[in-house]
Amino acid sequence: MLKYTLKRLLLLIPVIIGITFLVFLVLSVSPGDPAVMMLGVEATEADIAAKRAELGLDQPVLIQYVQYMLKAVRGDFGKSWYQGFDVLNEFSHRLPYTLTLAVLSTIVAVVIGIPAGVYAAVRHNHMPDYIITFFALLLSAAPTFWLGMMYQLFFSLKLGWLPASGAGSWKAFILPIMSLTGGMLAGNSRMTRTWLLDVIRSDYVRTARAKGNKESVVIVKHALRNSLLQVITQIGVGFSNIVGGSLVAETVYAFPGIGSFLSAAVKSKDIPIVVGCIIVVSVIVGITNLVVDLLYAVVDPRVQLE
Amino acid sequence: MKKGQMELVWIRFRKNKLAMLGLIVMVLLMTVCLSAPLWLDYSKVTTQSIINAYQAPGGGHIFGTDQFGRDLFARIIYGGRISLFSGLITIGIAFVVGVAMGGTAGYFGGVVDTVIMRFCDILMSVPGVLLSMTIVAALGQGLVKMLIALSVAQIPRQARTVRAAVMTLRGQEFIEAAKCCGTGNTRILLKHIIPNVLGPLVISVMSGLGGTILSIASLGFLGIGIAPPTPEWGTIISENQASLMYYPFLGIIPGLCIMIAVLSLNFIGDGLRDALDPKQKN
Amino acid sequence: MEKLLEIKNLYVNYKTDEAVVHALNGFTLDVYKGETLGLVGETGAGKTTMCLSTLRLLPEDIGEVVSGSIKYNDIDIMKASKNQMRQLRGAEISMIFQDPMTSLNPIMTVGEQIREVLDLHYPDMPPKKRDTRVDDIMKLVGILPERKDQYPHQFSGGMKQRIVIAMALVSEPKLLLADEPTTALDVTIQAQILELMKALKESFNSSMVLVTHDLGIVAEFCDNVAVVYAGSVIERGSIEQVFSRVKNHPYTDGLFNCIPDLTSEAKRLTPIPGYMADASNLPKGCKFADRCVRCREKCKETEPELQEVDKGHFIKCWYADERSGET
Repeated sequence: MLKYTLKRLLLLIPVIIGITFLVFLVLSVSPGDPAVMMLGVEATEADIAAKRAELGLDQPVLIQYVQYMLKAVRGDFGKSWYQGFDVLNEFSHRLPYTLTLAVLSTIVAVVIGIPAGVYAAVRHNHMPDYIITFFALLLSAAPTFWLGMMYQLFFSLKLGWLPASGAGSWKAFILPIMSLTGGMLAGNSRMTRTWLLDVIRSDYVRTARAKGNKESVVIVKHALRNSLLQVITQIGVGFSNIVGGSLVAETVYAFPGIGSFLSAAVKSKDIPIVVGCIIVVSVIVGITNLVVDLLYAVVDPRVQLE
Repeated sequence: MKKGQMELVWIRFRKNKLAMLGLIVMVLLMTVCLSAPLWLDYSKVTTQSIINAYQAPGGGHIFGTDQFGRDLFARIIYGGRISLFSGLITIGIAFVVGVAMGGTAGYFGGVVDTVIMRFCDILMSVPGVLLSMTIVAALGQGLVKMLIALSVAQIPRQARTVRAAVMTLRGQEFIEAAKCCGTGNTRILLKHIIPNVLGPLVISVMSGLGGTILSIASLGFLGIGIAPPTPEWGTIISENQASLMYYPFLGIIPGLCIMIAVLSLNFIGDGLRDALDPKQKN
Repeated sequence: MEKLLEIKNLYVNYKTDEAVVHALNGFTLDVYKGETLGLVGETGAGKTTMCLSTLRLLPEDIGEVVSGSIKYNDIDIMKASKNQMRQLRGAEISMIFQDPMTSLNPIMTVGEQIREVLDLHYPDMPPKKRDTRVDDIMKLVGILPERKDQYPHQFSGGMKQRIVIAMALVSEPKLLLADEPTTALDVTIQAQILELMKALKESFNSSMVLVTHDLGIVAEFCDNVAVVYAGSVIERGSIEQVFSRVKNHPYTDGLFNCIPDLTSEAKRLTPIPGYMADASNLPKGCKFADRCVRCREKCKETEPELQEVDKGHFIKCWYADERSGET
């Protein structure tokens, strides 16, 4: 297990090198000279040349990339081109907010979504099933940012229960979590329902009944444990989607995480911020996927880690 | 898939009320949006008239007007053209490239498989929205650039689905049989494998389509999708964000449009899954 | 002899999207104490449905008992409470399912799965004793007790079937319903497993219904035989009565004609013409009429009852005393 974990962590390195290089490449061929954009159109040729040299833009892309990565390994993600602050330092302030949001949203999606799916499956083709399925379908069809705006409109502006923006108190986290969790919650409940229904019809569940188990024991001990395997594999994907969604949802709530910060950076082409962000996010997503795989191996004896 | 099989799928699909509802709504939406230039003048989309600003839905303007007095109905219809057809084109590109990549990887295996799948891993190491955002940031705003950005985010998912399906098929007897008859690789892939992986692929394409329409709206909302003043459902919401508190309909209506479109697609997708694989039906 | 299980005139339907399938049509069968009864019939004849009905484990919302009764030792299975049924399942009546590959829970160790039966039905037994019982039954079926902490995927098909058998026998049930327990196995292992089941059944003094489509297995391992066709028993008797081929149902005759016989001069086997009646669209009269060599007008109009042709030998045919043309 330890060996596997280490191997997987090492495998993250080429992935991160790959994605950052790709981003570097794409950003470097993009139109518009950052030096001109930073200094304004009135700047002299000499000023621009000096700025380009300062940013390393006069070097070939590959050299720029290697230089950046060499620094990044040492913890130097560079400075924002337009705002001047240290990227890593800014991350260290903002990342906890985004992570809290993402982790809590995932927990809500698991804690509510899975039992809802179980209930729907157990009451298959009855009212509770229809209601749960209906809401899950609605939730999965609504854009995150729009849900966010609607919650804001209703819970903050109309009812005045919760703050509409910021992250001043724990209350401010509620609406962002509610909007972020929607998609994954819907996904979890639908998937749990589908897989549970699938497993309930399997031969070994019939065997469990034939042994004289109570129906509740049959469902929880025999069917649910088996169907959860399938759900667990999806948690990594769901988490990745939530991190992606937080980029958008944070903008709605002016939430001080990396999302709102990144979307501004993307618009202004602040490359150090964008690339730094990609590195951080891909590490988080990679580690989540690893944790999911390890969890999967713990729950399912058939999975052999190699 | 043979003709008879297609018919059977259609018969099963037709029995599913939600799926049929989704199909009807989708066809209706597409027809209305596609035929818009024939009956709705584009000038209505952009004509500003401050006196008419913030008109409530009903009356002269079915969905009311926005802060510039532009007709919301016209903006939504023309916005739908962009949202729906960008979604279709994106998924079309992702489908073709995904089938090519996944099919090759799954069929040949070995080094080819490793290279293609590692590339997909790299693309999937960050959330799709983030990848699309970055590409748009690099290429700049515009319809074609957005389509590229969105396709890149979809390709690895489609490729993986195809690869997994092809891998399970590869070892099966009828493929061996075709090989024994001296059938070439390309022919086996096109004639024997692709038709058999169509089921899972159709499902993955349908769910990808819904997701893509949501992504288009998200990019539009962030202001890095299609450049204004061209309407698109996401940008319409974002334009009206400031007025939302007093004129909530300006946000609710376009949002509902997105939901209805995605919901219909999901219904169709679920219906197709049940129709293609009756064993899985519940 | 005392009756243990009494199934009377049982009708069971399966409702699917396309049609209603009549799986059992007036199925009548008694199982006596200590008896090993072979239940023979082709795929879809209703053998498995009969077993599942007895345990009331028909797939929910799909399978439904329309009429008829099942009695086990004075307990009316159709009217028993859920609780009563749970007491019976696994303790009094055990079932060995057809496919050992899928009948075991993939994420529980085999030891846990065998022990679960004891945990459920012998809550007063000390845990240590339960463990010894599990070890004992594993030894009996020929699997090292040391392997009880392994998972099903670590066993071969034949071993999984032994585990399924161990699970069914660990509580020493009175009635064992074995649904084609050896179909999925190699011929060499088949005989071993059947010998084993027979020995275990005898040592526990249970009754066993052995579902199979193999007449050879029946002749070898059973005391009596019941032949099922289109959802009802069409012949029941002792092995001697049925296999002597003096009086048989025409379908049973047909079955025998499908078995190669070294002493016969026939050059080819004689298959039964046609296919089994469509269970979603059954004929009015005798279900076998279409394929029967003895068929007359009466057969197409009214369905015959089971008639006792010799003591303990029943045949469901209007012309039970006739012989079909010899081959």
